Amino acid sequence: MRDVKVSLVGYGVVGHGVVDVLNRKKKMLREMGLNLKLISVSDHTGTVLADEGINAEKILSERTLQNVATSDMKGKEAVSAIDSDLVIEVTPTNIVHGQPGLGHMEAALSSGKHVVTSNKGPLVVSYDRLKKLAEDNGVMLKFEATVGGTMPLISLVERTLCGNTIYGIRGIFNGTCNYILTRMTEEGIPYTHALSEAQDLGIAEADPSYDVEGVDTAGKVVILANALFDMNIKYSDVDVTGITGVTPEALALARKRGYAIKLIGDVPALTVRPTLVPMDSPIAVAGTLNSAAIYTDLSGTITVTGLGAGSIETASAILSDIISIYRTKQIDAIF
Amino acid sequence: MRLSMDLELQDVPGQLLLALQPLKDNKANIISVVHHRDRKTPRGTIPVRLVVEMDRSKLDTIKNQLKSSGISVVRAGEDRFIEAVSVVLVGHVLDSDLGDTVSRIDSTGFAEVMDLALTMPGVNEPSSAYLKIRATGKTEIQKALGILRQVCREKKLLVIEPIEAEAV
Repeated sequence: MRDVKVSLVGYGVVGHGVVDVLNRKKKMLREMGLNLKLISVSDHTGTVLADEGINAEKILSERTLQNVATSDMKGKEAVSAIDSDLVIEVTPTNIVHGQPGLGHMEAALSSGKHVVTSNKGPLVVSYDRLKKLAEDNGVMLKFEATVGGTMPLISLVERTLCGNTIYGIRGIFNGTCNYILTRMTEEGIPYTHALSEAQDLGIAEADPSYDVEGVDTAGKVVILANALFDMNIKYSDVDVTGITGVTPEALALARKRGYAIKLIGDVPALTVRPTLVPMDSPIAVAGTLNSAAIYTDLSGTITVTGLGAGSIETASAILSDIISIYRTKQIDAIF
Repeated sequence: MRLSMDLELQDVPGQLLLALQPLKDNKANIISVVHHRDRKTPRGTIPVRLVVEMDRSKLDTIKNQLKSSGISVVRAGEDRFIEAVSVVLVGHVLDSDLGDTVSRIDSTGFAEVMDLALTMPGVNEPSSAYLKIRATGKTEIQKALGILRQVCREKKLLVIEPIEAEAV
């Protein structure tokens, strides 16, 4: 049995999902030979510490850690001070400066801790530096949950499709936009109406601009370009058009000719724009689903689809990253 | 390159074989042959339309060989507009001079707008248009889309292009 001490930084929707999933999967992980112990959870109000593992039931009902915190430590300070093997970073994303996640990741990697994250901002802002920091300290940086949520994409390309040359990836990487476009097509309702509906259902944020202006999708394009295509690009290298200009009439005209209009991110073209997608194409998925077509030399085109967001779904991608770190280490140990 | 040819054959046995021989000799790939026996010309000849895929530089050689076999070549040339693409435009499509938008494509000579559908929900609201553009080849389609993108940038229209089927 291998003991792994885990710290969680960020206790929002995804943070709650992570606590829940680690708790639910305890037995299964033990059967794999992994004893994952969640020894700390931190948010902007403080930290809960428990050397023998945090009682999930006790904190899951709390929206923030304010009433249950056992320490005042926050952010970077907590990451550096707590003796963990792995840090899960799930604080709110900021695509401009990457903070606070960037600081957390730097602190974790430079003190020799693996990092698993769903936070796009730090990777968009300084992927190369974080990657080098991980290499220099002999630890891993895993971020499957940043693109396409639970839909396997990064690990699919890096592991399963290894040996293939990847020509490109195109897909739907934002469930909010896809939901809005789907509803506009189905009901012939204008954009603003579909947006309010999405907001009511909690699919869109009160300030939806990050999703509907294509910023989120562009961030994912940057991560894919840097991580899978070694392109070393910045956010500003992506040509971005959101969905706010798409009308129900445009969707109807397209549909009549067999096309759906989807917000498509394209690597290595580095574009995000509303695009006509044949309705019978496997990437033309509806609702909040995400999808991606991976163009390869040996395997042809591979298409994946799945839920792009959600608390448990994102935590699932984080869990598989954690397991893969220790599986890889096992393989390394054999050789 | 894809070419089409209209020939006239004498109404005697073996003429079609004679007409196809020069194409075979010059490695032209025959896509279709339509033999109009029912549409005999006033000259008593039988019109035949061929579509072939071939190297354009061989066209004159083939024409001369056909003539020397006594077959008249009525017309031979590039088959135009074999590629098409669908595009949706959103914005003040009509007010920004739709006629000009279309003619900027049509005036290229290698591409033209062949279908257009317009929806205008209200006077001050953005209208949406579906355009089908056809062109003489894949490269020309890309050139036409390039022009359209430029025109729409000038006119502040949103261009929604089709996804590429293959990785570029």
